[in-house]
Amino acid sequence: MSDPMGFLLWTRGPMFVAAVSVFALGMALRLLEIFVLGRAPNYAEPRAGEWGPGLRTVLTRSLADSGTFRHAPFNVLVGWIWHIGFLIALLLFIPHIELIKSVLGLHWPGLRNPAVDAATVITVVALIAVLVHRLGHPVMQRISTLDDYLAWTVTFLPLVTGYIAYHRLVNPYPLALGMHILTAEIFLIVLPFTKLTHIFTAFIARWYNGAIFGRKGVES
Amino acid sequence: MSQLSLERGLAAFRQELDAPAAAFFSSCVHCGLCAQACPFYVETGDPKYTPILKPEPLRLVWEREYTLWGRLKALLGLSEHVTDELLARWEELLYDSCTMCGRCSMVCPVGIDLQYLIRKTREGMVASGHVPEGLVGAASRAVRTGSPMGLQWKTLQVQITHVEKSTGLSVPIDREGADYMALLSSMEVINFPEYLGAITKIFAHAGISWTLSTDCFEATNAGVQIGSKDIAAELVQRVVDAAMKLGVKKVISPECGHAYTAIRWEGPNLIGRPYPFKVYHIIEVLEELRGAGRLRTEGKETDRLSMHDPCNLARKGGVIQQQRNLMELVSENFVDLKEHGRYQWCCGAGGGVSSNERAGELRMAAFRRKKAQIEEVAPERMVTMCATCRTQLEEGIEELNMDIPVVGLTEMIADHLVENGQPA
Repeated sequence: MSDPMGFLLWTRGPMFVAAVSVFALGMALRLLEIFVLGRAPNYAEPRAGEWGPGLRTVLTRSLADSGTFRHAPFNVLVGWIWHIGFLIALLLFIPHIELIKSVLGLHWPGLRNPAVDAATVITVVALIAVLVHRLGHPVMQRISTLDDYLAWTVTFLPLVTGYIAYHRLVNPYPLALGMHILTAEIFLIVLPFTKLTHIFTAFIARWYNGAIFGRKGVES
Repeated sequence: MSQLSLERGLAAFRQELDAPAAAFFSSCVHCGLCAQACPFYVETGDPKYTPILKPEPLRLVWEREYTLWGRLKALLGLSEHVTDELLARWEELLYDSCTMCGRCSMVCPVGIDLQYLIRKTREGMVASGHVPEGLVGAASRAVRTGSPMGLQWKTLQVQITHVEKSTGLSVPIDREGADYMALLSSMEVINFPEYLGAITKIFAHAGISWTLSTDCFEATNAGVQIGSKDIAAELVQRVVDAAMKLGVKKVISPECGHAYTAIRWEGPNLIGRPYPFKVYHIIEVLEELRGAGRLRTEGKETDRLSMHDPCNLARKGGVIQQQRNLMELVSENFVDLKEHGRYQWCCGAGGGVSSNERAGELRMAAFRRKKAQIEEVAPERMVTMCATCRTQLEEGIEELNMDIPVVGLTEMIADHLVENGQPA
């Protein structure tokens, strides 16, 4: 690990296994912590079932209603932009697809490198805008915690280091690539213990929301 | 407050935590969008009213005691304790500046049902003794007298006599085997006695078999408002006992929003079993009668009318289209507020805020959102179907020097009934 190649091999070997293990065990624990709490039976006569409305809200809550969009266009638009950009960089960059294929056996077509590059730049800019908004808006100042800044940092770093590695802005290349892989691993390690859990739990939360309202005959 | 009451509060928080609450707390990304959905934040601009901050005491207990990560943080002294001082600070956020209208629950991008969490957090507030005096008074009067306003049957009897004289119809009382048992709200009896006259006329017109019960006429539930399951269950049980004694098949919740949430959606869970009868809001009953052709009306209101959907009825109760069908029946110039139905803005008075005297200023601040909504469509009159909303609309409109009368939908329907071939 004393030389760049050794560092790269470490990030691709033992560190990768450690990060994936912490992520998988941590996230499994978080989900277990949610579901063991259970739910009391509901004796009120329902207007509709829970599964359909719950699944509907899982999908529809991705789009803001027109009133919310009018009240907070920045939150809605920039939130969309960076989430989509992040997903493009993560899931449609061909070397990433190759990695996923080698680990999970799943694969899909990727985007051409310049397209992923552009998405990365847009995402980095959007994330900076998100940070400025968090630091400056009175509501964001009031509700933000250390967790928010930690989650922002570990999300931002893999994008920047990925950009640096792709454009060979740091030499030697194994060092740049190793830094990118390491920041992605830090993201995985931190994920189960911060608000980044919403990557998984938001779908559960949306389902419960849709089910609770749907049972009463309201599309939520 | 004593250590004992704090412990009771913490125990209540623990009892309230369930899988949905844990999923909601696990998912918040602190995006701040819920603030934009809250009339108390939007109209005051004070970030402390951001809805996700309101259930913070419950979240702290959940994180410290129900997550491994939170326990580790607690061991290292990195997490905050729920103390009496903290709960005292939160009292204003949970009671004065929240009507549990659920609008934030509709817009949260990760799907947090915030009003679900706030309702649960109030349980711990009651158990720990951090509740506004006005609400304590209402709850204690409700338990003692059956009415949060201390209204007794003899006062209602005066209204009944008046209705019988003015309509020439009889108001059935304690009629066993009737199909419907009608409930009322004290605020309605005091502020809007025309409601009782209206249902008397409508039910006679449609040939409905109904009754009031001298054992229990109050539909509202101060226990649900304050956040005490014990009190709430006691008040629901009185309705159940009265309905079972008379052997009715259906119970009608009056023009009141939270009563409908209490008796229709929370009630069976409060007493821990399903009802042997069905519960409807009066608007649902009227819509059923309309659909069955049992409401014969004549003439329509010609002025420009708009409507305020009570949050508990529409967004939290699923009664949204019914009132619009009924408006169609009696109005030819109806215009909806731009954001209505499940996205409608709260009037600012529900969830116990109207019983909490010290919240008066905040209540009027929140009403300014409703005012803006009303001004957008410039109606000549507003229609609603909740006595608390109606009182708030009337007070707010008066205070802000708007000239817009507010009417109840049920009485508007009654005014258009054809009686013996003649308009009523």
